[in-house]
Amino acid sequence: MARVIGAVVVDKEECKGCSVCVDACPHDVLALHFEVNSKGYHYSYMKSPEACVGCANCGVVCPDTCITVYRTKAS
Amino acid sequence: MELKEVTKTEGTMDIQDILKPENLVYQKTKLLTDTPMHYCPGCSHGVVHKILAELIDEMGIQERSVGVAPVGCAVFAYNYIDIDWQEAAHGRAPAVATGIARVNPDAFVFTYQGDGDLASIGAAEIMHACNRGENILVVFINNGIYGMTGGQMAPTTLEGMVTATTPYGRNTDLNGYPMRITNLIAQLPGTSYVTRQAVHTAGGVRKCKRALKKAIQNVLDKKGTSFVEVVSTCNSGWKLSPVAANKWMEENMIPYYPLGDMKDSVKGEHSEN
Repeated sequence: MARVIGAVVVDKEECKGCSVCVDACPHDVLALHFEVNSKGYHYSYMKSPEACVGCANCGVVCPDTCITVYRTKAS
Repeated sequence: MELKEVTKTEGTMDIQDILKPENLVYQKTKLLTDTPMHYCPGCSHGVVHKILAELIDEMGIQERSVGVAPVGCAVFAYNYIDIDWQEAAHGRAPAVATGIARVNPDAFVFTYQGDGDLASIGAAEIMHACNRGENILVVFINNGIYGMTGGQMAPTTLEGMVTATTPYGRNTDLNGYPMRITNLIAQLPGTSYVTRQAVHTAGGVRKCKRALKKAIQNVLDKKGTSFVEVVSTCNSGWKLSPVAANKWMEENMIPYYPLGDMKDSVKGEHSEN
């Protein structure tokens, strides 16, 4: 059966670590990274990439528009 | 962009197989410039800027759009959205937008104002611009305080809300009541579409985008002033984390400022919902 799978790419230099995307993700894919970017923010990353369905909620709520979302079907 | 953080997904599908242009479902609109926004992490301004930029791009009105920036955190909006902008004196954005819209009848003119700008010092300008039914869109960001200047009390500050100038909470005997200025504006015959939205959830952002699209279309159709209030957070001013500020807004702001359309007609008519 075809299964929808997705992936997000976070521009980690643009991310300010507000974690609004972490809260908005319905499948707990995203988390804030232990490391910080050059601005000193804990940037968001895909902690559980296998759970992503590409719903784009994270991208929609991101105030700094640093998330790009991809979605496809896996057979 | 950095791809090192992502690893293999389950099955045979490699992450590189997903990250292909044909699978793209969401990306930054080209109308947003590469300038990093100066807003605090989690600020609602970024989301509203983004949906405005997306709509102007989708509706193909980039060349006709003129924004009027306020005094407030959004004063640098011209750095972020790639359209024509004019900066107005504090609260005077609707008056400046009136002038621009009258001499450029084909332009799509909008103001982008906060609650300190629109509901306090600019209360007269906004009332009269809406009453005249100017063909402009007003985007009103209501976060309950003066964000840029350090979180002082605004007309929209909730009763009991602690701000820099009301350290014991807003006292209605002393400071009056929080102003639902959007409800007042919905009474004016010059307005066509008056609504209140929020952008704290993905669903809210999508609804707000639909409302803004309708408002922009009304302006293009010359139906009168469209007014979109966005109940927003100021997590720095509220001294909360971005996620906690969104929750606080949902529990405290939205009950006092209920979301939804207040008026949907054309100017000169009084059909309120």
